[in-house]
Amino acid sequence: MATTTQDSSLDATQAALLAKVQPAELHEQPLVTNNRDFNWVTDKICRIVETKTPTWWWICMAVALMTASFTGVGLLWLVSSGVGVWGLANPINWGWAIVNFVFWIGIGHAGTLISAVLCLLKQGWRTSINRAAEAMTIFAVVCAGIFPLFHVGRVWFAWWLFPLPNSNAIWPQFRSPLEWDVFAVSTYGTVSVLFWYMGMIPDLGVLRDRAVQRLKQNAYEGAGALAKGMDHFRKNFYAIFAMGWRNAGNHWRNYEMAYLVLAGLSTPLVLSVHTIVSFDFALAVLPGWHTTIFPPYFVAGAIFSGFGMVLTLMLPLRALYGMHDLITQRHIDNMCKICLGTGSIVGYAYIMEFFIAWYGANPYESFAFINRAFGQYWWAYVMMFSCNVFTPQLFWFKKVRENAALVWIMSIFINVGMWFERFVITVTSLANDFLPSSWGYYSPTMVDILTFFGTFGLFSVLFLLFLRFLPLMPIAEVKFVMPAADPHGHGDHGQGDHH
Amino acid sequence: MSEKYGIIASFPDTPSFYHAAEKVRDAGYKKWDTYSSFPVHGMPAAQGQPRSKVPVFTFCGGITGFCLGLGMVWFMNAFDYPLIIRGQPFFSPVFPFPIMYELTILLSAFGTLGGMFITNLLPQHYSPLFNSDKFLEVSGDRLVIAIESRDGKYDPVATRQFLEGIGGTDIEEVSA
Repeated sequence: MATTTQDSSLDATQAALLAKVQPAELHEQPLVTNNRDFNWVTDKICRIVETKTPTWWWICMAVALMTASFTGVGLLWLVSSGVGVWGLANPINWGWAIVNFVFWIGIGHAGTLISAVLCLLKQGWRTSINRAAEAMTIFAVVCAGIFPLFHVGRVWFAWWLFPLPNSNAIWPQFRSPLEWDVFAVSTYGTVSVLFWYMGMIPDLGVLRDRAVQRLKQNAYEGAGALAKGMDHFRKNFYAIFAMGWRNAGNHWRNYEMAYLVLAGLSTPLVLSVHTIVSFDFALAVLPGWHTTIFPPYFVAGAIFSGFGMVLTLMLPLRALYGMHDLITQRHIDNMCKICLGTGSIVGYAYIMEFFIAWYGANPYESFAFINRAFGQYWWAYVMMFSCNVFTPQLFWFKKVRENAALVWIMSIFINVGMWFERFVITVTSLANDFLPSSWGYYSPTMVDILTFFGTFGLFSVLFLLFLRFLPLMPIAEVKFVMPAADPHGHGDHGQGDHH
Repeated sequence: MSEKYGIIASFPDTPSFYHAAEKVRDAGYKKWDTYSSFPVHGMPAAQGQPRSKVPVFTFCGGITGFCLGLGMVWFMNAFDYPLIIRGQPFFSPVFPFPIMYELTILLSAFGTLGGMFITNLLPQHYSPLFNSDKFLEVSGDRLVIAIESRDGKYDPVATRQFLEGIGGTDIEEVSA
């Protein structure tokens, strides 16, 4: 009773106070601007795959295929000659291959962060960039997988990594973090594909229904037989993968539960993957590698690099497809802020490593870090530090975040910086270890360079195919965060207040 | 006259669609569903549906994955071909934890996707509803409620009037 009185007097005070202060109402910027309706969203996203292939797509595809062939040549060269064609030599037996592996796996992390972690955190803005980021994850894992696979030397024995007995009936050795990595990365790739596919089922249903509608209306005058044939193909292709999805309330109920559960599963998964990747280093007793800061530092770096890549991909797509109402300034702002946050964590980790090296009073550890910054690879350290620590700090400024071209250039810097981070970690610790007599200097060979640059082509080929054949954005999820989807007519749906 | 699948009615906006669903539920219909191109917040409650059973499949997958990881490492490194590594014990539940962890997640994910298909009775590529042009527009912005003829309360005339009464438009019978 006393509480009730207290509550009501509190309410009265609050009301009086609010009347006096007259607080300004803060309007959150909508996630889909210009009051677009459901049909506009459906049309906008579906027409990317339904209309004629644009010329720029063919040009990009040709360039991407040509670049991807570099990887083909590099790998062919490697397999026919042996790992000696890479720049690996004692004491540096892990070079570009592991650097590239960690680089690509890290990029994948942003996709899972957007699809899983931001889903659990009810961040409505993730919807429009979700699908493309997940696609990026899967293609990045494909590129990453190439390097350890071929690094085993005799690639035809790569199946020894899997839990199968080899020709002497010996099984894999599960105490090794490298074996954990096999499980982590293959689970990550598989679960990402499952999550991506499940999220796509309703949209594949939309593409199927639209093809059926056009076939029923038979509106192909002037468009020719090819257009009709393509719709027959679409009808069947999308129908197979849509699995008979009917948009039923009952479907959505189970689908939303499954989506939530997959998000809940992917969150610990994404954290574990880069943690285990960092174990590849941290479990070795080598100065510069053997540190407990590695797991969180690697995960933050992965998200940082991944968001860099999301910006690199989404900003041109937004311009090419005129997606400004779906990928708004608010989306770009948020992505920049995540880059700023994770970039600052990475910067903190760089500095903390130095502090611990000094505080730990281990001469080998201190040497490793002083050597990292001022030794023979100082140029790589400068690249890493300036790109990863200084670049994102510019995102504090609204003017910078609002300049799409500048954001795009900075996202490239982030990609470059994060590649150098892995180079610095891998190579500096190996090149100058305990015995100065065994020190060496590592340089990549042409085969290393061809193989790595080719993976950008491979990634682009896969991404361009995705653009052409699959819905670029999750249509249903974008609609869900629009005001018109709110059953109570408040129009504030998906802005973080629903349960 | 051919067999009928049921009656479909469209609704102009999400709030009216949502409240109509509540009314269909309260009228006591059992074999009916709502159709919209996006999940409507709170619709399961408005339709009187229970909580989804998908997590049961997730749990079964997870337990299987965990046990599989544990058993696999024991069988491979301690039983079938014991490996002497750094003088450590052949088996401990600690070192294979990453394997168990990853397999738990992997099989949980398969359980979840499989559970979604099972609970939704998919794949089911044919449905009489696809014969309706209006139903195909659900993929755009149409919001539809369909009451099936196999519902005990179904009556071609009374059900149509009921749907009209709760604000339904473009009402049509769909052939089976």
